[in-house]
Amino acid sequence: MSATLEMAASVAIDDVSVRFRSKRAEVTAIQQVSLDVAPGEFVSIVGPSGCGKSTLLKLVSGLLKPSSGTVTLLGSEVRGPRHDIGFVFQRAALLEWRSARRNILLQAEMRGMNSAEAARRADELIEMTGLSGFENALPHELSGGMQQRVALCRALLHQPRVLLMDEPFGALDALTREQMNVELHRVWRETGTTVLLVTHSIAESVYLANRVIVLTQRPAVVHEVIEVDLPGVRDYTATMARPEFASATARIRDLLGAATGQE
Amino acid sequence: MDKVRTDPWRGLVERSWRPAALLAACLAVWHLITATGLVEAYLVPSPAKTFGLLADKWSYLWGHTWVTTYETVLGFVIAGVLGVLVAVAMVYSRTVESTAYPILLFAQVIPKIAIAPLFVVWLGFGFEPKVVVAVLMAFFPVVISTVTGLKSVDTEMLELAATMGGGPVKTFVKIRFPAALPHLFAGLKVAVTLAVTGAVVGEFVGSNEGLGYVILQANGNMDTPMLFAGLIVISVVGVLLFLLLDLAEKLLLPWHASRRGAAVTTLLAKG
Repeated sequence: MSATLEMAASVAIDDVSVRFRSKRAEVTAIQQVSLDVAPGEFVSIVGPSGCGKSTLLKLVSGLLKPSSGTVTLLGSEVRGPRHDIGFVFQRAALLEWRSARRNILLQAEMRGMNSAEAARRADELIEMTGLSGFENALPHELSGGMQQRVALCRALLHQPRVLLMDEPFGALDALTREQMNVELHRVWRETGTTVLLVTHSIAESVYLANRVIVLTQRPAVVHEVIEVDLPGVRDYTATMARPEFASATARIRDLLGAATGQE
Repeated sequence: MDKVRTDPWRGLVERSWRPAALLAACLAVWHLITATGLVEAYLVPSPAKTFGLLADKWSYLWGHTWVTTYETVLGFVIAGVLGVLVAVAMVYSRTVESTAYPILLFAQVIPKIAIAPLFVVWLGFGFEPKVVVAVLMAFFPVVISTVTGLKSVDTEMLELAATMGGGPVKTFVKIRFPAALPHLFAGLKVAVTLAVTGAVVGEFVGSNEGLGYVILQANGNMDTPMLFAGLIVISVVGVLLFLLLDLAEKLLLPWHASRRGAAVTTLLAKG
């Protein structure tokens, strides 16, 4: 890989392996994975359960150190927890004593951002994600989808250039999940953020992404990279009906079947 | 909205008529036992006599009540502050946790009544030994509940905080400590009732004032009405302090899970 390309990438994972040491044996979670994500790109990561997809996001955020190899984020090597990203987990992880709006503003308070600027930005995001009218609701008064919108706003408040999402819609019902997919697609287009999305849903991975990375079972290696040949602006129903969508999902399903040996 | 919202006084009546009825039933049984002569009057005085004495000797009892309440509250506050500080140190440092835990446990299992005389020897007959016993009684539940609370924070929330870069102090102030408050309050409520016991035990061992002293005096004089009156006042002090903490919890933590039922109802009422 040339130096110029590496500089250009938002996220560069270079020959990374992760080994966990348990009492009895050493388990290799990820083995020599390399992956470059271009600025503004949307990359989905799919793979069998427990293959280490989430581990990959923890490596990029610096919450976990690789056993070997290097991870580079926005031009500098990741050596500890990074603050120039946004992170969304499967569970919204909201503070239950704070209203939706104050949960979003936690990001600003922790960073010591200018409060007027943060408030303006929070209002923008609340508007963009359809949370208007729920700003003052406490988390337990919100539906799962609404809670996840709050988590998304919180992750975007400081305008990170890279957004990491770990199965963010995994706990939602099918219909809410589709709505959230449409909204995430729009938010991504409006913000131009680089997104790494770990998901179990093949349809979701294809609908949202420029590229889908298919991982194998543990120890995870990159099985195949699927280029998604769909237009930039995607209407949900129309996209589902396109032959390119059908072929991409069929290919991934195939690969995952082979990866889990259930073919 | 107005249709669903109930009158606060009606709510209070609805909540309290059952316990009030049970209390009245207990008083009635007490009255019957004494009125029928089932138990000798010098063993169990009648409710009328007991409450009559409470009214007559009110100024005498009031002074002693104040002393015991002062010792209890002081002991409780010291135990609360100390307990939270020790718990924080234990949660943030494994060394502190492993070093302090055995000593803490040891201090907890020593019968306080057995060491109370030692404090009298060391600290004299003033309020100090009573406060120390109250602190010892109340300290342990505060530590245990705060440790549990601080450890109950989601790992994901803490990971998220790490990506936000606020540092350990902000993470503690904005995330960990507030998340621990429901547990802390549960511990404080247990602690305050134990602090009352601690103060009274301290007074038993050596004092010339306080409700423990009143009971001990009454016991020596076979003055059972005064003994009963003292017991009633001690219980009322304990209950009032407990209710005060309960109120503080409701005001400070309206979001807390155990009150969720009410919060959801208000939201439905608004919608």
